[in-house]
Amino acid sequence: MYVYDAFDRTLVNERVAEFRDQVARRLSGELNEEEFKPLRLMNGVYLQLHAYMLRIAIPYGTLSSQQLRMLAHVARKYDRGYGHFTTRQNIQYHWIKLAELPDAMADLASVGMHGMQTSGNVVRNITTDQWAGVAPDEIEDPRIWAELIRQHVTLHPEFSFMPRKFKIAVGTAAHDRAALRIHDLALQMRHNAAGETGFEVMVGGGLGRTPFLAQTIKPFLHGRDVLSYVEAVLRTYNQFGRRDNIYKARIKILVHELGAEAFAKAVEAEWADIKDGALALDADVISDIAGRFVYPRYEKLTDNPGEFAAARKADRRFDAWVGNSVANHKVPGYAIVVVSLKPEGGTPGDATAAQMDALADLADRYSFGEIRVGHEQNLVLPHVAQRDLPALWRALEPLDLALPNVNSIADIISCPGLDYCSLANARSIPIAQEISKRFANLDLQRDLGRMHINISGCINACGHHHVGHIGILGVEKNGEEFYQITLGGKADEHAALGDLIGPAVRYAEVADVVEDIASAYLELRTRPDELFIDTLKRTGIEPFRERVYAAR
Amino acid sequence: MPLVENGKIVEDRYVRLGAEDAIPDRVPVIVPAARFLAEADALIGRDGSLGVLWPNNKRVAELKPWLGHLALIALEFPKFRDGRAYSQARLLREQYGFRGTLRATGDVLRDQFSFLVRAGFDSFEVKKPADAAAFAKSVSRYSVHYQGSADGSLPALRRRLQPAATPKTGETA
Repeated sequence: MYVYDAFDRTLVNERVAEFRDQVARRLSGELNEEEFKPLRLMNGVYLQLHAYMLRIAIPYGTLSSQQLRMLAHVARKYDRGYGHFTTRQNIQYHWIKLAELPDAMADLASVGMHGMQTSGNVVRNITTDQWAGVAPDEIEDPRIWAELIRQHVTLHPEFSFMPRKFKIAVGTAAHDRAALRIHDLALQMRHNAAGETGFEVMVGGGLGRTPFLAQTIKPFLHGRDVLSYVEAVLRTYNQFGRRDNIYKARIKILVHELGAEAFAKAVEAEWADIKDGALALDADVISDIAGRFVYPRYEKLTDNPGEFAAARKADRRFDAWVGNSVANHKVPGYAIVVVSLKPEGGTPGDATAAQMDALADLADRYSFGEIRVGHEQNLVLPHVAQRDLPALWRALEPLDLALPNVNSIADIISCPGLDYCSLANARSIPIAQEISKRFANLDLQRDLGRMHINISGCINACGHHHVGHIGILGVEKNGEEFYQITLGGKADEHAALGDLIGPAVRYAEVADVVEDIASAYLELRTRPDELFIDTLKRTGIEPFRERVYAAR
Repeated sequence: MPLVENGKIVEDRYVRLGAEDAIPDRVPVIVPAARFLAEADALIGRDGSLGVLWPNNKRVAELKPWLGHLALIALEFPKFRDGRAYSQARLLREQYGFRGTLRATGDVLRDQFSFLVRAGFDSFEVKKPADAAAFAKSVSRYSVHYQGSADGSLPALRRRLQPAATPKTGETA
């Protein structure tokens, strides 16, 4: 956990005071909705179909139990008893009342949380691997870098009115668990030939109506230069990004129109002037921020302790949960536990206040008071002693938080869609609910193996449908909801955009189409451990297309 | 449009000229960028403060040879959402060392003031009188900023390393 000091706390408190004044001016009529809009957007407040929505940042996906309890409190006191975890390590409340917003924000500020820069044309919440600091395959903790960048871009005087929003992600592990290449700017830690650590810099990723994967503009950047280089990228974008058309304003269009090489050259020119200035990250600056992170005092334990191994043998359901939801930790005797927020027939990413409170208590008891939020809209207990896994599992079960469906066809990523969002063309949540019911059988889920379904209710692609193994995009035709299906997208280190399989299908047909795709896969795979995505790579989409459209 | 300088509403000393207007002597003037570039030698030779109105889609690097002769550069905000002039301001102040007056003009509203000041602006043609009156209150809303600014103040990341910096208040888990 990064621990806020007086400086960080003062800024958040002053932000609340400013917003309280702005809301008062809006309520008194001094500001009309049009004038209020940019002000509320700078604080993560959107006006949706039915109410205001408040989006709160969870920087690099790390929460303390105290913060999670506060999120529960806000859900209970100011909303309808639940919150929605998003694909960018944020939480959203969909039923907030304007007059109560300042109080909700003040409550959040008391635990160092806020909605700053969760909307608007600014640098958004910096995201990273939800297993940061505990993954065996990481070089070092990416959150230190995310925090350095977070501080630098918070209320930045130059970059608060950019052409469009700007999303940054940082990864330091061999496996990409942060969907780096769909970000406007992504930093992937690498070693250079001399064995030093630094970052590969990628820019211009993004989904929406013109999807692109980020391209490498600098193969190796020293850690010392991260802030000055990010500054140079933002300065280049702020000056030259398109502002004539909102759909062409993201940096991906600038990079595409200039070409990655020319864009990189422009950045290098800006960077040359500032790289040795105040933004150079000398070792003492980095170690000061690193020193503000508090780490668990792990016990000296060994892997696979007797009571854990015995519990796996004794209880098939516990064993299945361990096989699905528990991952290796870099410290012996510990484990990473993924807590599925994808119950059968539920809304992906929703958690009730009662679940959040209970999970905060479990984190205190079993995970050093720490919880993570991942882009797949699940939660994580990052530091669980393996010997505690049976007890943790027994505690999670009655909370409906021990469903072993992580990375399965039922672990669906979905935007809120037309049930909440004023931009949406079609519903997303009911599609996810129906699919999760069709595939509720855990043996079937296990047989199907890793399969990622992503659903977006409009072309803005908040559900990241382009990078789902199966992508589902809601569109509107003559007042009716239709859904385009893509196959073969990937959000990991082999990121790829999916291919459209054919004409859009009706709302009522979507779950049938997914069933057709799943059964085609079971027939086409050469052996049970050939994953869906590998079968698809081998066969191409044609046999799936045939199956889906043969009967339609 | 009220003009704010040094935190107060003041009279504008400058006369803003068009492309064809006669240039008065011994009166501070602001001329459009195209005219400035075409007549720069004559303009800098005249008696009286000289300012230029510079659009936000033209590189401020073009002004480098003339910076020592310019008393004022006015940068434009066609809409408050269009933030290109913030980059221009920081380049002028921090990279090119411009020490004259840097004026924000156009759609300049209350909630931009703090950003403008920190980017290096010190003169503000404010769109709404009520916003101009609230200038001092708006810019003092925040007592802390993570970034350094055009006045040479250091980023928080570096300030924390100085002896008087805020101590870490973290407790161990």
